[in-house]
Amino acid sequence: MTIKGKAYIAGIYEHPTRHAPDKSTAQLHAEVAKGALEDAGLTRADVDGYFCAGDAPGGLWPMVDYLGLNTGKLRHVDSTETGGCSYLIHLGHAAEAIAAGKCSVALVTLAGKPRTGPMPARASGAEADFESAYGATTHNAYGMCAMRHMHDYGTTSEQLAWIKVAASHHAQYNPHAMLKEVVTVEDVLNSPMISDPLHRMDCCVVTDGGGAMIVTTPEIAKSLKKPQVRLIGHGEAMKGPRGGKDLDLTYSAGVWSGPRAFEEAGVTQKDIKYASIYDSFTITVLMQLEDLGFCKKGEGGKFVADGNLISGVGKLPFNTDGGGLCSNHPVNRGGMTKILEAVRQLRGEAHPKVQVPNCDLAIAHGTGGLLGVRHAASTCILERV
Amino acid sequence: MADAKKLNAPVTNPETAPFWEAAKAGKFMIKRCTSCNEPHYFPRSVCPFCFSDKTVWEESSGEATIYTYSLMRKSPTGPYAIAYVTLKEGPSLQTNIVDCDLEKIKIGQKVKVVWKPTDGAPLPFFTPV
Repeated sequence: MTIKGKAYIAGIYEHPTRHAPDKSTAQLHAEVAKGALEDAGLTRADVDGYFCAGDAPGGLWPMVDYLGLNTGKLRHVDSTETGGCSYLIHLGHAAEAIAAGKCSVALVTLAGKPRTGPMPARASGAEADFESAYGATTHNAYGMCAMRHMHDYGTTSEQLAWIKVAASHHAQYNPHAMLKEVVTVEDVLNSPMISDPLHRMDCCVVTDGGGAMIVTTPEIAKSLKKPQVRLIGHGEAMKGPRGGKDLDLTYSAGVWSGPRAFEEAGVTQKDIKYASIYDSFTITVLMQLEDLGFCKKGEGGKFVADGNLISGVGKLPFNTDGGGLCSNHPVNRGGMTKILEAVRQLRGEAHPKVQVPNCDLAIAHGTGGLLGVRHAASTCILERV
Repeated sequence: MADAKKLNAPVTNPETAPFWEAAKAGKFMIKRCTSCNEPHYFPRSVCPFCFSDKTVWEESSGEATIYTYSLMRKSPTGPYAIAYVTLKEGPSLQTNIVDCDLEKIKIGQKVKVVWKPTDGAPLPFFTPV
């Protein structure tokens, strides 16, 4: 069985806020749910599937109740939690559920407020006594990947900086972007070192906010007014140190999720017109582009340099909303916004300055967890019908 | 992290208690599977490679090489170096490089285990040889 073409993204919504001290997290979930339903032209009464991850206060039971979903109708729920890529996995799972007839209108929400206050601690795994004392954070876990990538392949800070430069070129056209200023390679290199070799501008923004999407059947999507965008391939994968054997931090689980998605979709990297690539850090983008096969392993530095990711300039326009590096990284989870901008591109709704002409095929890919420790990856290939 | 703040004692559990008991005696233990002969770390009862439950404790030399590191400069307790080191016996593990000039850390550098006290069993860190 395949999910190819069996599920459509009918509604999307990205909360315009980047700082929400006056709102609750549950409230933000409700606001993005409302926005996505309105975008689709559907109502809350139509929802019979609900997906949320670790950012949803209390998880499924409280959220279903708070949102006032129709519990007589709601027949499929999923709280898969894989950090920032949870929503890319939710999209695949929603398509599976729709293909199996388990639901017909799935709502997926993400929201939270890391900029306003501290985030709740995550439950620890069996490794806690053997790792928690060493202070692994997002910054230094990704720093360790970058350090080894530079050692093995000669990747440079200048090459990484081009990724931020490209994101900033796109962000200048997004009125909601947290950082709208166009930056140069020199600006990135001159920004303070946070965790070697990553500078401040190699890191994404921290923002309050959220996003939501509606995934539905082909029949329902065709009855609605929005341009039709469907999922044609999905892959998911996990990676960790696994007992410490043959440790290699220069690749991610994208080496497995990517081929799974491409195979299901029946397309190749050359067919992709636009790429949403998770950008928690510049190194995240570089490694994932290699892992997804847009260039050979070790050649990511050359691939991203000289504006190759800038829409209208380079060969692979990426993150045309400004991405996590410049626009939004709600709740420190960038997977939802990766899908939302890919859908905008396929609908032709991206900003005219960054809209890819005749964009009919896009990839949305992300990782969740810590790339240098344990993480998941998910790849979604989307097509305009 | 080791020098800048008080370290929390490991919680321990029945599966890992022998590691922490040995740590009190200054011994750094790894696990080896007697079915596939692969060593692993952190220690588990069931081999992560072949899923056999025939795993045994083995004392490591505590000698390792730095696989990668990152010097975290934005920390309320001061800079610290997180790293992965690869033990002479094979497994790689997460740690901090301590008791040295953090600016001089290099990939490929030889390091050895050093123990730092807690209110319970000590915790393993690594320092340049």
